[in-house]
Amino acid sequence: MATSQDNEGRVLEMRSIRKAYGPVRVLENVDLTLDRGEVRCLAGENGSGKSTLIKILSGVVTADAGSVSFAGRTLGADPVAAIDAGLSVIYQDFSLFPNLTVWENISFLSAVNRGDFVHRRLSRRGRAIETLKRMQVEIDPDMPVELLPVASKQLVAIARALANDARVIVMDEPTTALTRSEVAHLMEIVGALKKDGVAFLFVSHKIEEVFAVCDSITVLRDGRVVVEGPIGEFDSARLVEAMTGRSIDSQRLPREDMAEQTPFLVARGLGRRGEYADVDLELRPGEIVSVVGLLGSGRTELALSLFGYLAPDAGVLEVAGRPVSFRGQNDAMDAGIAYVPEDRLTEGLFLSQPIRDNIVVSTLDKNTRGFAINAKGLTQRAAAAVKRLRIKTPGVMPAVATLSGGNQQRVVLARWMERSPKLMILNGPTVGVDVGSKREIHELLVSLSRSGTAVMVVTDDISEAIALSDRILVMVRGRITGSFDARSVDEETLYEEVIKEDRA
Amino acid sequence: MSSVSRILATPQGVVFLTALLFALVLSLLNPAFFTPATLIDLLRNSLVTGIFALGVMMVLASGGIDVSCTAIGAFAMYATMKIILGIDFDMPIIGYFLLSAAIGAGLGLLNGILIGGLGLPTLIVTLGTLSLYRGALLTFLGTTYITAVPRKVITFARSVLVRMENAVGQMVSLPYSFLVLLFVAIGVAVLMNFTMFGRKIYAIGGSEEAAARIGIRIRRVKVLIYVIAGAIAGLAGMTHLTLSRMANPFDLVGMELNVIAAVVLGGARITGGHGTVVGTLLGVFVITMINTTLLMAGVPSYWQKFVIGCLIVVGTGLPILIDRFARHRERISRPIGA
Repeated sequence: MATSQDNEGRVLEMRSIRKAYGPVRVLENVDLTLDRGEVRCLAGENGSGKSTLIKILSGVVTADAGSVSFAGRTLGADPVAAIDAGLSVIYQDFSLFPNLTVWENISFLSAVNRGDFVHRRLSRRGRAIETLKRMQVEIDPDMPVELLPVASKQLVAIARALANDARVIVMDEPTTALTRSEVAHLMEIVGALKKDGVAFLFVSHKIEEVFAVCDSITVLRDGRVVVEGPIGEFDSARLVEAMTGRSIDSQRLPREDMAEQTPFLVARGLGRRGEYADVDLELRPGEIVSVVGLLGSGRTELALSLFGYLAPDAGVLEVAGRPVSFRGQNDAMDAGIAYVPEDRLTEGLFLSQPIRDNIVVSTLDKNTRGFAINAKGLTQRAAAAVKRLRIKTPGVMPAVATLSGGNQQRVVLARWMERSPKLMILNGPTVGVDVGSKREIHELLVSLSRSGTAVMVVTDDISEAIALSDRILVMVRGRITGSFDARSVDEETLYEEVIKEDRA
Repeated sequence: MSSVSRILATPQGVVFLTALLFALVLSLLNPAFFTPATLIDLLRNSLVTGIFALGVMMVLASGGIDVSCTAIGAFAMYATMKIILGIDFDMPIIGYFLLSAAIGAGLGLLNGILIGGLGLPTLIVTLGTLSLYRGALLTFLGTTYITAVPRKVITFARSVLVRMENAVGQMVSLPYSFLVLLFVAIGVAVLMNFTMFGRKIYAIGGSEEAAARIGIRIRRVKVLIYVIAGAIAGLAGMTHLTLSRMANPFDLVGMELNVIAAVVLGGARITGGHGTVVGTLLGVFVITMINTTLLMAGVPSYWQKFVIGCLIVVGTGLPILIDRFARHRERISRPIGA
């Protein structure tokens, strides 16, 4: 393999990439190189700037400064030119066409890239079959992609890149949705292609895979390259440390110990077929419980079931000592449960509406007399919430869209806190929130819990779980596989537990 | 899934079964139903809807919707007649069709610019232009029926491919304008299946974001779709004119929902990515069959609306319910965490 000084086999070079969205700096002087046949891991936590870097690489987003060049040729921000230069990005959602057949999906990229006018069915189908054969993959080429299992979609996406003679393939967390044997197969294919000189940029959180397949590592944290080098210089402890850092967000928040109270919500043997099973759970006032698991572990489905949005089909749920069965989220809200969704932008906020309306929308009846709403009361209440949660805004009437991610998240929190819930469930409370705000949101949640609210946090961010929680539950493949006291557990132990896949 | 529920899991399946059932019941009630004459009558009655539907199918396949097609057709037909009568220029009948198609393409270009160029929502734009084109037609071009159409139109309308007598002794015929439908159907089929442009339409309908990511120039494709759909609407308008042998500016508008219903029953999904020429023609044919045969059977005409309404609800709703049930079954049988 070529070393980093060797410029002969250099297929990709990104130099001094800088990018800011408004006042938020996302990337700062990032360098990244790939040689022929190199598999490089791009590691980093959520919000470290990985996805922005990939968007700049693929030409979808323009960098504020710096250059991207493929095989010595510098390209501007042009997705078509990047594809033409041999780049293929395999997105987490694969970006395939569900309505078209496997072979057409595979050959589409190259046909578009060549600027074909005629749709050459036979030759394109033949080429697609050939590509699948080269990968030693058996997938029915005439099947519509929407009917394929996830692992096959992943392979189709790779085949599409190969059919276009990709020299650089970027894979964005390619294994999150795959089983262990599917991952092994994928790794074999990556290994074989690497021998043909294809270079990979492999974005992943999963430490064992990184060590199994990568030649070198670049670690991003808060938009900077914190460390870079061949795989031999790393072990899993060093990598985890580099990714999470010993920055403020990994330190546990100080808090007073609370006497154990009677649980507000109890789940016994809760299950929903195909999603999770045998979940026992106790959520108490004054305690923060984190449920940590990977995408697809059933963590979100469990949270949605507690909020009445999905119906469990096994087990019992008790709220305040009485068995309940929620018919919908309204029942759960009446019982004093609040839910902050994973994706605040599409599920949690009315972006174009004023901050005030977003805060008071679920508690309008507090200021209603008869049919009339007292607007002044609403404004006062919103202003008080803005002050209490330290939302940085000149007033309560600007649209929520004008706020930064951290402040938007506080608006969502404020809305639910207005209802004075007895249990607050938060799904990914600090996704896309910068480090400083993250800390402040954590502090808010701790004080909320200390004032007597039960808090449950669903997350895949291990350092967040440790910083924030009193108790941590690990969810693997739909089951709670471990329970830890957050005061004594360390990140490595938790990491091992979370990525453990095939537990009985 | 059993074979019956598999057939019922697609709108075409539901439509096809309904059509068979309908034909069966009718032929039991009236043995004279199954004659070539009936078939020809049905074909003739499906002409205009069929041409419109092929244009709308392209739009639906791209994930859009076009309710302005009938207004484009009416405008193009009436404007063509005005121009031809105004300049008194002698040209073959094909010139009439080309002129009407060109006017339709121009109106479609406006749709395309608003939808593809500016990225506005397609339902809102075409609802707006439906009203705009119809209003412009009645305000600026006129509100009078043109019955004194050129001789060429009459001659064209009178020349028929097939003519025969039906069971009750009336003459039914398949006019030359059937060739227009044939031409458009073949043209759209070739475009959708054998050119990259057509495949890009399906790709955009399947996932617009994925299409953008592999470098498909979405705006350009979308503008072109609406231009072609406009041209097809222009042809439909002219076909209608030759069939009715007059230019009535109040015609056509109002049948757009029937057209869309036919396309959806033919298997195109309102969410985009699907739709075939054969399915669309089948959908049109079934809707026409229900309308015509109910009329023949002496059923009051408001029953037609009722029956077609039921067919739309069942034809589009049943596949969704079957799909949801299949997903539910799939989740239940899936091992935890797989």
